Amino acid sequence: MRWLREHVVLILGIAILLYTFIPIFVVVLMSFNDPSSRLIYRFDGFTMDNWLHPCEPEGLCSALGTSIQISLLATLGSTILGTLMAFALVRHDFLGRSSMNLLIFLPMATPEIVMGSSLLALFVATGFSGQLGFWTILIAHIMFCVSFVVVTVRARLAGMDDNLEQAAMDLYATPRETFWRITFPLVFPGILGAALLSFSLSFDDFIITNLNAGNTTTFPMYVWGVAQRGIPMQVNVVGTVMFAISVLIVVGGELNNRRRSKALATAS
Amino acid sequence: MAEMTRRRGLTGYLLLVPGVVWLALFFVIPFYSLVAASLFDPGGSVFSGYEMTWHVQNYWDALKEYGKPNSWSDWGPLLRSFWYAGLSTVICLVLGYVLAYAIAFKAGRWKNLMLVLVIAPFFTSFLVRTLAWKLILGDDGPVVSVLQAVHILGADGRLLATPVAVIAGIVYNFLPFMVLPLYASLDKIDHRLIEASGDLYANPFVGFFKVTWPLSLPGVVSGTLLTFIPAAGDYINAQLLGSTNQRMIGNVIQNLFTDANDYPAAAALSMILMVVIIAMVLFYVRRAGTEELL
Repeated sequence: MRWLREHVVLILGIAILLYTFIPIFVVVLMSFNDPSSRLIYRFDGFTMDNWLHPCEPEGLCSALGTSIQISLLATLGSTILGTLMAFALVRHDFLGRSSMNLLIFLPMATPEIVMGSSLLALFVATGFSGQLGFWTILIAHIMFCVSFVVVTVRARLAGMDDNLEQAAMDLYATPRETFWRITFPLVFPGILGAALLSFSLSFDDFIITNLNAGNTTTFPMYVWGVAQRGIPMQVNVVGTVMFAISVLIVVGGELNNRRRSKALATAS
Repeated sequence: MAEMTRRRGLTGYLLLVPGVVWLALFFVIPFYSLVAASLFDPGGSVFSGYEMTWHVQNYWDALKEYGKPNSWSDWGPLLRSFWYAGLSTVICLVLGYVLAYAIAFKAGRWKNLMLVLVIAPFFTSFLVRTLAWKLILGDDGPVVSVLQAVHILGADGRLLATPVAVIAGIVYNFLPFMVLPLYASLDKIDHRLIEASGDLYANPFVGFFKVTWPLSLPGVVSGTLLTFIPAAGDYINAQLLGSTNQRMIGNVIQNLFTDANDYPAAAALSMILMVVIIAMVLFYVRRAGTEELL
């Protein structure tokens, strides 16, 4: 009884965590499903076919390719723009700091449907409604990822001790050398985290993309389309692979951290 | 930590320029386009072009069409969105608080692992996850069978195409937005304060409501905002798990833009959604007394 009373919160917490994994379990299971009919979505039997022929459903792999291209470019663009802004915010003095904070906060607090529709209104007003597609999606994705990059990199920069940089300068390193040999390597994990966040935000976006995509189809748009007329099980293969890759990255990062702190502990 | 020195001069501005230009062009100016589009003459079309006639009537028409309840059971998409988003936020707060509390105070050396596990499921595509819920809550699915067996649901009762499924989907999809800020503020609390309340003969419940809860308020406020705002604009859950009776404002705006091509009405509705959200957020943040958040 006493044990239960002490651990009740932890048990409830673990139960909630397990609940968040229920759909993941279903996605993995359904990736091995051998459906009897396209219209009935339930587990009918085990097969490896979906894994062996992931590109069989028409349009899936081209949508996936489009999504990967857009996400990579959006990650590159937003990480560069956001990192520069984060450096300015933490390391430099400028006029209008509070309006700058507001400008960075607002895109994270605006519902996607509003951002998407205003961007569409802009493209229509400027005569680009015929050119909606790859580039307009990319523009939108960079726009909504930038704020998340700024926030992530800023947190890393603000938590950083600048004694190391002072020491490098005292040892006659030029500002450029100090930046590339001290500052940048220290901030890099934050930049990497921001890039991963951008990639997954961009890859997963549906609402803003759908409004500004024209005839281009990204992976979420493909899923949206097939959801109305019968879902090919290969969609679950993609879902499983995404889950596996992200778990590998996160676990790898965590192991790397542990190894490093161990090495640091033995070194000192 | 050494005091960070902020350098003056041109470099700061130069670093800001690319990002600011991008956000100005593709976030700020589009709002102007949206306001303009909401005032266009509704007689035009995307193909023939719209005329700017300061047609404020668009707002009134949109509110009349989508903003007023049709009956006791049918609240119309606008009110329904806020009702679904509000209820989902409350459920997320309860679930999220328990989880964040468990991670911050009870997880011990498993803290980092549990934090990773909070985020991990959400790297799988939003839509694929929601389709998985469609299967779980489906008419032949396990949940409906159990509920039918214990007679909570009738023999032909279902969960899909009901508010229950839509709200369950929203709660699931936005839970991490609640857990992470809650965890961040719970983790900062000094354990000694809670112990002190116990030493002063406060029972655990009093201790929680007098010490832990007030200290976690910043996390509660940002968590509820981060959940409520996207939930109010979401239409993926309503579309995949609900029916036309669960249409939310996002479904309507999306349809008006992409299928009906009625830009003025869609833009007016978007503006209404944005203004109501801003008003609610300001009111809420004032009441919660955490203005430093904004």
